[in-house]
Order: sequence, then C-alpha cells, then structure tokens
Amino acid sequence: MYEWDFWFVIDGYDAWWLKGLLTTIAYAVGTVVGGLFLGVICGTLLLLNRVWLTVPIHIYVEIFRCTPVLVQIVWFYFALPIVIDVNLPAWLAAGIGLTLYMGCFATEIFRGGIISIDKGQWQAARAIGMTYFEMMRHIILPQAIRRMVPPFVNQSVIQFKNTALLYVVAVPDLMYTGYLVVAETYRPLEVYSGVAVAYFIMLYPLTQWGKKLEARRDQ
Amino acid sequence: MTSDATIDEGKVKLRLDNLKKNYGEVQAVRGVSLAVKTGQVMAIIGPSGCGKSTLLRCVNLLEEPTSGTLEIGKSRIDFSNKRSTPTGRALANFRAQFGMVFQQFDLFQHLSAIQNVMIGMTVVQRKSEKDARTRALVLLERVGLREIQDRLPKELSGGQQQRVAIARALAMSPEVLLFDEVTSALDPELVGEVLDVMQTLAREGATMIVVTHEMAFARDVADWVIFMENGLVVEEGPPQIVMVDPANARTKTFLARYHRQ
Repeated sequence: MYEWDFWFVIDGYDAWWLKGLLTTIAYAVGTVVGGLFLGVICGTLLLLNRVWLTVPIHIYVEIFRCTPVLVQIVWFYFALPIVIDVNLPAWLAAGIGLTLYMGCFATEIFRGGIISIDKGQWQAARAIGMTYFEMMRHIILPQAIRRMVPPFVNQSVIQFKNTALLYVVAVPDLMYTGYLVVAETYRPLEVYSGVAVAYFIMLYPLTQWGKKLEARRDQ
Repeated sequence: MTSDATIDEGKVKLRLDNLKKNYGEVQAVRGVSLAVKTGQVMAIIGPSGCGKSTLLRCVNLLEEPTSGTLEIGKSRIDFSNKRSTPTGRALANFRAQFGMVFQQFDLFQHLSAIQNVMIGMTVVQRKSEKDARTRALVLLERVGLREIQDRLPKELSGGQQQRVAIARALAMSPEVLLFDEVTSALDPELVGEVLDVMQTLAREGATMIVVTHEMAFARDVADWVIFMENGLVVEEGPPQIVMVDPANARTKTFLARYHRQ
C-alpha cells in the first residue's frame, strides 16, 4: 500500500509552489486580457468588410484554430526567434503564442456577438439618425456584449488550462514546478495530484460563474 | 380634389424624381416620381414584392437608390452622382428628418419603453436627460402608454410595442413619417389601436407615407393613394377614385382580390 505524504512535497518547496502558482495565474490573466484586446481589434476590423483586412485576419484565425496550441507554443519558442532574428526570452515567446491563440477565439466571439444582433436593431438605430459610432455604442454593443460574456468565460477557462502546456518550454508555471519538485522528491503521485487539485480549485468557481451567465442569457 | 396640375409647389415637402433601385440584376424600383405635400397622408398599396417597401426605405436612405433625385426642404440629392449622396454624420442628419416605423417594431431590446423614446433625443439631438424624459412622457401619454414606461419591449404586446415605436419616431420631430406595413405583424385584435394612433396623427396634420395592406385605412385616412406593381407606379390619385373606381385594369384586379377576402 502506497503511503501518501503531501507534506513531503510542500515542506521546503513552498516558495517554488507559490512562484509556480503566481506564474500560472499571471499567464492566464495576461493572455486572456491580451487575447481579448486582440479579439476586439480584429473583430472590429472584420466588421468593416474590407477585403485587405478580412483576408489576413481570417488567415490568422484559421491558422491558430487549426493547429494544436502545444505546437504553437513550441514553434514560438524555437522558431520565431530565428524567423524574426530577435532573441526572445522563453516567457515572452510562449506568452505571445498563447495570446495569439486566445485572440483568434476572441475574434470569433466578438464578431459573432455583433452579427447576432437582429438587423432590425441596426435599421431602427440608423432611422433615428444615429451615426455608425453612436449606433455601436448605444444600441449594438450593449446588447452584443451580454451575449459575448458566456462564451468568453468558457474560452478563458480553456485558456487557463492551456497554460499548463508552458511546461514544455520550461516556463516555471504550476505544472513545470511540479516537474521540478518531482525531480527533487521522487514523489510524482503527491505532486501531480496536488497540481490537479490546485487547477480544479481555481477553475471550478470560474466554470460555475460561466454557467450562471449562460443561464441568465437564456432567460 | 387635387390633381397634378394644381399642386401648390410651395407646399411640396418631399419630391422623388425617376427614383430607381437595383439589386444587381433585379430592378426593385424602376423609376418612381412622386410629390408629398405638407400634411398629406400618402398611402402606397400594391402586391407583395411590388417594390413599395423598398421605395419607402429609399426615401430615408436605409437603402441607397441607384439613380434618380430626392428633394426635401432645401436639400436635393442626385443619386447618379455619388458625391451628392451624404455619408457619415450628414447621412445621419438626413435620416433624422424622417421618422420610420417598421413592420417588426424593432424597439431597442435592452431599453425600457421610455428609454426607447428618449435615446434619439439624448444621443442624436443631444437634449438633456431631463428634457428628453419630459417630452418622452408627453409622447407616451399621446399613444396611451404612460403607465408602461418602465417595461422592456419583451414585456409588451405587439400593439404596445408598435405604439412605443411610433412615439420613438415622433420624438425626433420628423418632417415626414414613414410607415412600413406597421400592422402586418400584429394579431388582428391589436391592429385597431395602432391604426387609431396613426389616424390621430393624420388629423393633427402630420406628413405621412404609409405602405400598407390595410385597404380600409388607405381609403378612409389617406388623401392620396399610389398603386405600385413591378417597381412602377401604375395609378395614383385620391382614394375615392383609385380605390373605388380605378382607371387601370391591374389596380382593379388587385383591389378585387382584396374585396373577395
């Protein structure tokens, strides 16, 4: 019978764990916020319906949607510095990759939210003499944002979990810290169980919140 | 009754000349000329797909006409010349001269009844919140809906929504009111309350263009009736003539179909 000893993998490593936890949270928040910005910008540009804007944005979105995020992180870490001939630190290269990944989904969520608003709302806003900007600000966005929030929260949960992939490029996130602690303690059962529990504790409230938003939208 | 020869040019509020609208190969409006005088109620009737709604949407540039001219007040737009067609803020200001009411009401779903009436005044006319609210209350009172001012559109009946939509259009003090089959989406028992409001507006001297399938309304309230078919005006005149004793055979056929129903 295996004897579990969680204290063994915590004691003496608490500073590592704290750093790993904060790194994971920082990447999750940073890449979600960055991706949101990117999504709002790309989504807005798509709405302008200019071919020279929509074609490159669609190419970007499809490339990032149709390649595994693990491949993207590895590519940004190993290949990007050579392609652009700039030496990027690992944390930045990986962060750019994850942000672009989030950005492509945020673009679709943003655009989808806007075009889901009934045509009648647009024509009624135009008919009372609103400019495009006034219509967006007062009529379309207030309604569209309500519809964007639930899918955006869901995508953020997925993004949060994807940060664990940072471990392949040795960014000291929660998962990579686990790998280091295992190397020191030879206690993978405690370490990886603990890591799983830590992710769960952080993400469960977020998914519940997402469900609540979803339910409110359907009312 | 008025005939073309006796139209007092000084009183013409809106004039369309040879207006055309193509969608690719499809000619929806194939050259319509008409003049609407101040205080006139013009009804446009005709079979589905005859171009009457498209024509109405061309008047306030929700659709951009392909060619022809439009005059209202001092402004004249020649649609063959793209540079004379307004864009941006000028286009928004042009549209604000018209109040439009739609078949599906199209109230702003996230705003209460009174906010729907106020938003054009606060955003477009930049009135203060207080002034806008005061005027919105007067208008809601006028369409008989002061009590439901704080309800959201989804909490209102179709007839109530449409009356709020009329108040929203009136709030902008438009030169001309455009009605696009405003009772077609309503349950039969709710049609009357909307037509009553429109009839009151007509009596009070509002200039109105009414695209409608309500033949009784066209006959009783309009003072000029236009019958359209295949994107063209087939016949026009006072309702006593067009609707009772039309000269054109196609008008007769159309009206006969209605009377039979």
